[in-house]
Amino acid sequence: MSDPTPGFTRQQMAERIAARFEDGWIVNLGVGMPTLCSNVDIAPRRVIYHSENGVIGYGPIAPAGEEDLDLVNAGGQNVTLLAGAAVVHHADSFAIIRGGRIDVTVMGAYEVSAGGDFANWKIGRAKGGGIGGAMDLAACAKRVFLVMEHATRSGAPRLVGRCALPVTARKVVSLVATNLGVFAPVGEGFRIHELAPGVPREVAAAATGAKLLD
Amino acid sequence: MTDKLRPDFAAAIADIPDGATIAFAGFGMPGTPFNLIAALVEQGARNLTLIANTTGGAQQPRMPDIGMLVERGRVRKVICAFTAATRASDVLPFTKHYEAGEVAAELVPQGTLAERLRAAGAGIPAFYTPTAVGTELAEGRERRFFNGREYLLEHALAVDYAFLRARRADAFGNLQFHRSQRNFNPVMAMAARIAIAEIEEPILPPGTIDPDAVHTPGIFIHRLVQIPPPPLGLWPQKRQERAPR
Repeated sequence: MSDPTPGFTRQQMAERIAARFEDGWIVNLGVGMPTLCSNVDIAPRRVIYHSENGVIGYGPIAPAGEEDLDLVNAGGQNVTLLAGAAVVHHADSFAIIRGGRIDVTVMGAYEVSAGGDFANWKIGRAKGGGIGGAMDLAACAKRVFLVMEHATRSGAPRLVGRCALPVTARKVVSLVATNLGVFAPVGEGFRIHELAPGVPREVAAAATGAKLLD
Repeated sequence: MTDKLRPDFAAAIADIPDGATIAFAGFGMPGTPFNLIAALVEQGARNLTLIANTTGGAQQPRMPDIGMLVERGRVRKVICAFTAATRASDVLPFTKHYEAGEVAAELVPQGTLAERLRAAGAGIPAFYTPTAVGTELAEGRERRFFNGREYLLEHALAVDYAFLRARRADAFGNLQFHRSQRNFNPVMAMAARIAIAEIEEPILPPGTIDPDAVHTPGIFIHRLVQIPPPPLGLWPQKRQERAPR
């Protein structure tokens, strides 16, 4: 999936996030773009990937023809197990989450606010929603990193002063990787950690619904 | 000892009455009791309250799911961690019926759902959790601070029946799961008055499974059904990947 426009590709966004993983961390990756983090080679550091369905220590996607249909990650993909893996039931898996053992959870989001609130479970017009494990992870992981597009398809900012959509958790996000760069919500705005190649500051500022800080 | 083995899926669920509350294990394909769900679609009980991770219908090929009971007008309410698809652009079969007001839904964070079931099985009527604090789900809910942090009160979720699937069982109902098949199975077994498990491998004589290696003890399991080989029995299928957006 090559992206002709300036800015980070999805894989590059995942690389920026994975670059922050520290050796020995227990990492939970959400469905979609966050799963790309597990493709990133972060050697010599090693992390343990936890999946909400109780799989601790999973590895790459299984090669075609070698799938175990009883082994999936949170996105339903047939993964493999690394040496030292373990499987627990759902209540124990969320005890791991609620008990504060997850060093970072990486999720997608519709919106994130300068105060660190974020929304990723319900769109405005929908009656239902998809919470899954996101609220447990967001409330209880030590860190919440987001991987998301900087703006909607119609150009509306997703990095905003206040979330308009129903939030998943408040004041929890510490890092946001988008196609335009890497940012940290710091209350009065988003601090720029890095701008993607070919993205001028004023382009990023125009696409952001809150103040950008250097 | 009561014989737990039932000759087929229809016999295992024949007594389920209108108005029953039923929990369905499974996360994605693994550990989902496809055969028992298919039998319930045929059985005809109505006005049901159904508990599962999702309402079903998001993955292809579509296997038996609780959405099929909703589509037949047999469900009063669902309690799920997903009442919409994870991708906003996807529409679940459930959605049309939900938006038309034909079925009620309670949306519960997944960890809270698992713990409410576990609590019911463990004799704990309610508990406090930090999950969902500050969100729409916290509205009207009892709050309490412990050590300076805010928590919400959640109530145990007991069920009449649980539908389960396991790799291996002995005739006492001691269960072993394979890989992520375990998911909700153990806590739903605990939460149920009557737990019914469909079993993949030939059911073993008692004493064959090492007691140290039992995942769910047979005291929680009331009925067992052997899954026939395909095409008579339903087995997990390889998921068809959709084109990227």
